[in-house]
Formats: sequence, C-alpha cells, structure tokens
Amino acid sequence: MVERPLSPHLTVYKWAYTMTLSILHRISGLALFCALIVLIGWLMAAARGPYAYQDAMATLASAPFKCLIAIALLALCFHFCNGLRHLAWDVGLGFERAQARRSALIVVIAALLAFAVCVYYLAGSGAGAA
Amino acid sequence: MSLRSPLASVLNHGAARDGVSHWWAQRVTALALAPLCVWLTASLLRLPMRNHAIVTAWIGGGLHPVLLVLITLTATWHAWLGLQVVIEDYVPQARYRVTLLLLSTFTNALLAATGTYAVLRIALRAGA
Repeated sequence: MVERPLSPHLTVYKWAYTMTLSILHRISGLALFCALIVLIGWLMAAARGPYAYQDAMATLASAPFKCLIAIALLALCFHFCNGLRHLAWDVGLGFERAQARRSALIVVIAALLAFAVCVYYLAGSGAGAA
Repeated sequence: MSLRSPLASVLNHGAARDGVSHWWAQRVTALALAPLCVWLTASLLRLPMRNHAIVTAWIGGGLHPVLLVLITLTATWHAWLGLQVVIEDYVPQARYRVTLLLLSTFTNALLAATGTYAVLRIALRAGA
C-alpha cells in the first residue's frame, strides 16, 4: 500500500468561513439522509392505513420529533441553496475568492430566509409536518 | 513517466477507474432534486398532515404519484452517491469503510423500494 496523502487534509489550511459552509454541506447532507428515512417511513405509514398513520403522526408530533423536523428543514434550506452554489461552480461561475465569499454570504442569508418561511407555514397551518 | 495505459488515458479514467460518471450523476440528481424538493416541501407544509384521507388523496392524485416516485428514486440515488464520498473521505480503515459503504448501498436500495411501493400502494388503491 502506497502512503499517499489522503484527500481532505484540512489541518494545513488557515480556517476561512467558506470552509465552514463546505463542511456544513456534508453535515446537512447526512441530516437529510436521516430525514429521507423518516419521510419514507411516513409514506409507508400512510400506505398501511389510517390506524398505522395515526400512530406515526402521534410520534412525529411529539416535541423531540418536532425539533428534528425543524432541524431537517433548516438542513434542507441550506443544502438546497449551497447546492445551487455548487452547480454554479460546476458551470464555471464564481470561482474568484471574493465571489466565493459573497456567494457564501448569500447562501446563508437565503437559507435562513427560506427556513423562516418554512417555519411560518409549519406553525401557521396548525397542521404542519409535526 | 505515467503508469497509465494509453487506453486508460483515452477513456479518461482516473484513479477512481470510473471517469466522471460518479461526479456527473451527483450533479444530474442534484439538478432534478432542486425543483422536486421545492414542490414536495411547499406541498407538505400546506397539507393538513393529521388527516389520513386528505393526505392519501393528495399522494394518489393527478401526477403526484409520478413525482413522488421520481423524488424517492432521485433522492436515494443522490444520498447514496453523497454518503459514498463522505465515507470514502473520512473512514480510512478498509473494513469499516467497506462495511459502511455496503450499509449505505443496502439502506438506500431499501428506501428506494419502500418509498416506491408505498406511493404505488396508495395511488393504485385510490384509483381503484
């Protein structure tokens, strides 16, 4: 086995906030994978019938699950906005350092705004995912 | 001096041996997921989620089953690719890495099958 340097050797760089977004993209991705399991469990409960669905909704409406759903929504808003930023990079846009920092700021603001809208609907509808 | 065979350089296969297919599939699924996620989130946040009859009518109504199967398959595919990258980057020990990669593969396959089955079961019952 050749001792090659492994790809993310992060400790050699001075920390910049764009790097925080980079790692948050992976963390939010992992969170969304967990949310996907819940979503498909919810679909399956709906398919099994009203009683199974009621039981599932009782669990999902509990306080800890409500928190988890809010976290999943935040992760979704962030991963969505930052994902669009990644797609922009993929077509060659915004590679300059100043542009990358500006787009990072835009992503954070846009994600928080989108999250605020989600929470508004979640609370306002009275039904909510929770 | 390069150790790569002339055929390998022509085919553009790097160290991962599969060229850009992984990278490309991750982007294509991301592009597909963007509108699907907006649609699903906006829909679910406005549905009366506690009402089983309304929720299943929504799942089975119109083109919703098609979009729901699409998002199930695309999301599990995208998650599978993303988890693979994260596992490969952060788990250096081969046995743990391979175990986690297999776990991710099987879990995502199970999720894809379960989600598709659930949507079809609701949709076909609603249509009958």
